[in-house]
Amino acid sequence: MSSLITRVRKLQIAQTIEKGTRLDGRGLMDTREIKIEQGLIQKAEGSARILLGKTQVVVGVKIQAGEPFPDTPNEGVQTVNAELVPLASPTFEPGPPDENSIELARIVDRGIRESKAIDTAKLCIEPGKKVFVVFIDVYVLNHDGNLIDAAALAAMAALLNTKMPNYEIEEGEVKIKQGYTPLPLKSHPITVTIGKISNTLIVDPMLEEEQVMDARISMAINEEGNICAIQKGGSGYFTPQQIVEASKIAQEKAAELRKKLDW
Amino acid sequence: MNEKPEKLIDKKGLRLDGRKIDELRPLKLEVGVLPNADGSAYVEHGKNKILVGVFGPREMHPKHLSMADRMVIRCRYHMASFSVPERKSPAPSRREVELGKVIRESLEPSVFNDLYPRTGVDVFIEVLQADGGTRCASITAASLALADAGIPMRDLVVACAAGKVDDQVVLDLMDEEDKLGVADVPVAYMPSLNAITLLQMDGILAPEELEKAVNMAMDGCKKIYAMQKEALKTKYMTVKEVEE
Repeated sequence: MSSLITRVRKLQIAQTIEKGTRLDGRGLMDTREIKIEQGLIQKAEGSARILLGKTQVVVGVKIQAGEPFPDTPNEGVQTVNAELVPLASPTFEPGPPDENSIELARIVDRGIRESKAIDTAKLCIEPGKKVFVVFIDVYVLNHDGNLIDAAALAAMAALLNTKMPNYEIEEGEVKIKQGYTPLPLKSHPITVTIGKISNTLIVDPMLEEEQVMDARISMAINEEGNICAIQKGGSGYFTPQQIVEASKIAQEKAAELRKKLDW
Repeated sequence: MNEKPEKLIDKKGLRLDGRKIDELRPLKLEVGVLPNADGSAYVEHGKNKILVGVFGPREMHPKHLSMADRMVIRCRYHMASFSVPERKSPAPSRREVELGKVIRESLEPSVFNDLYPRTGVDVFIEVLQADGGTRCASITAASLALADAGIPMRDLVVACAAGKVDDQVVLDLMDEEDKLGVADVPVAYMPSLNAITLLQMDGILAPEELEKAVNMAMDGCKKIYAMQKEALKTKYMTVKEVEE
């Protein structure tokens, strides 16, 4: 995701942050405006679109019958895929998923999986043979930074909007019946990404800040304020004190967002 | 895994393999094991057996990936098909791609990459046998291999995991603890600079437990750091017979 940024601009971003504010006027701990729209894709079992500032992500959820994993025969399957669609940024190219989109998908997946957001035990159709597979597909439509938080929020919003098809089993075949029930959920994790620029921590980095920042750390936080997943990224480092500080920031921001969204 | 042990830590506070809560698995580090590589290292960490080869700094292929102001590090983490109980397809999985990325990012802060502009260095990691904590063992070995290749570095990067098993925070999770435990926290660390270059977590931890786990992992890292330095010295202390 590298595109050029001038040295003057780099310096400007770093200096503003050292003064405790940001180029777009936000404070260091301010998230950009969030707009969420649910159920926009009628053909998907669940969907949501998020606008995080100018970053735009759509998530669609499809549910299909499939085989369980051998080590969890009584549990449904969750898979997350992320597409960095070329129309979202001049730096995205068509082709098979690169390491950035794989990492994005796996961070979103881990947040949902480790917080046990989807009640997979309720997705079993026939133990060891048939279960429901929940496909969560993340489509990035405009890249203006912090894809991780946007994608994780959109994925959770789409899951909250997901309806499971009613079914019955006829001669070992799954027959879809009329009507729907909501997807069983146990938790609503919220992921918060913290960037480090010239030794200062900021939340919700936008694209230009991402190009300047040394490193980022993302934490998925559940209702109890516990941490369910962490990923450090970028080619810089954090001191142990900064990790503790970041975890406090993540708690606060997640609680704040949870209240706002009423999750 | 049919017989799940009820408890992973017994009443005496010992783990499945008899280790204490804050005890590392046996570790063996060797430097300069591959004749064709510019730098190489081999690590045995518990039952993990991992080989790392470093090539470069050398001309980048393809050329457009080179950077005018620095050396580019590329990292490939790969597991041998026979390294795990069920045969793994040798094609790179999404997990391996992600690990290649996070391992690279854990090594990058340690290297003076502005000294070799327009070049590239390749770090090839081959996991011959996996037993939980392969990414940490890989980082420990990869950093040694980079040093062995003579690449100027700020510090060695050393990695070790901590986690939560049953209801206790423990050091250096092995395979069973990783799979059946509550949480796993791999940490990569540069001890002289007090810098954490990799931090991941899965599972559920309270914030205080996370802090405890990170501290425990850093203590483990410091122990491995001493062994790392010893391994580097050993290579240059022993005089090898030169074939005429």
